[in-house]
Amino acid sequence: MHIMEGFLPPLWAGVWYVFALPIVVYGAYRVKKEIEENPRNKSLLAVSAGFIFVLSALKIPSVTGSCSHPTGTGVAVVMFGPAITAFLSVIVLLYQALLLAHGGITTLGANTASMGIIGPFTGWLMYRVVSRRLDIKLSTFIAAAVADWVTYVVTSIQLALAFPSGGGVAGVIASATKFLAIFSITQIPLAIIEGILAALLMGYLIQLRDTVVEVTA
Amino acid sequence: MRWKYGVILLISTSILISLVSIASAEEWAGADAKAEEAIGEISPQYEPWFSPLFEPPSGEIESLLFSLQSAIGSLLIGYYIGHHRGTRHARNA
Repeated sequence: MHIMEGFLPPLWAGVWYVFALPIVVYGAYRVKKEIEENPRNKSLLAVSAGFIFVLSALKIPSVTGSCSHPTGTGVAVVMFGPAITAFLSVIVLLYQALLLAHGGITTLGANTASMGIIGPFTGWLMYRVVSRRLDIKLSTFIAAAVADWVTYVVTSIQLALAFPSGGGVAGVIASATKFLAIFSITQIPLAIIEGILAALLMGYLIQLRDTVVEVTA
Repeated sequence: MRWKYGVILLISTSILISLVSIASAEEWAGADAKAEEAIGEISPQYEPWFSPLFEPPSGEIESLLFSLQSAIGSLLIGYYIGHHRGTRHARNA
């Protein structure tokens, strides 16, 4: 669930735009480079974008009695790294902001920062750590689940920064607890589901084409 | 290895289903609607300063666009998998 249109004050909306924009632009450059250098990977790019499309369209009921959706960034980040994932996420976020009134143009920077950048980046770091010891499917599971869950932790913090319930750091923390209670608990089962789906897809892709393993970032 | 994932899948779906049925399912609203409520509690004077340029005219149209989104995604994945299965099959034939 992205931050709704107009629900970040202009200052914070601007801050997150400034944070996200350079990374997305770099991601676009990397996508272009990847297609030029390894044309065979073009279709894998499409598959990882497709995974983001499918998963972020599914609003799933969860333990807290509310619904949320997975992010689908796990496969992209494992195969192509965080920069390309940021660019692919923006495509989906734009679709949802423009056509579905889900998320928004003013909050696009913040939503890109959480779903496209910080979440997948953390998942990617986890992947780098665990993939030396574990097989690729289990590593993908961990990367995707972490990327999903961290996305919503970041969303909570973004909202807490914009809406502290008191002065100073204490106000931000109090507010963050409130938003984390809404987002992060709802997201735990969804993150597990996303991890399983990502691992299944990854396993299948490897079966089809052994070179997928070489592609992984 | 394969059965392990099956077990994980089974356990997590059963946990999900059981917890879902326990949860005080008031309305299954989106988590973003709940966040909106929380913002209202923290700073009641806050007014969204921008509204969506286009909003789906009804819930039906919204679900149309959501399903279109997932259809695009599954088309991409399905095409890739089908293509590679097919070429592999043809090579082995």
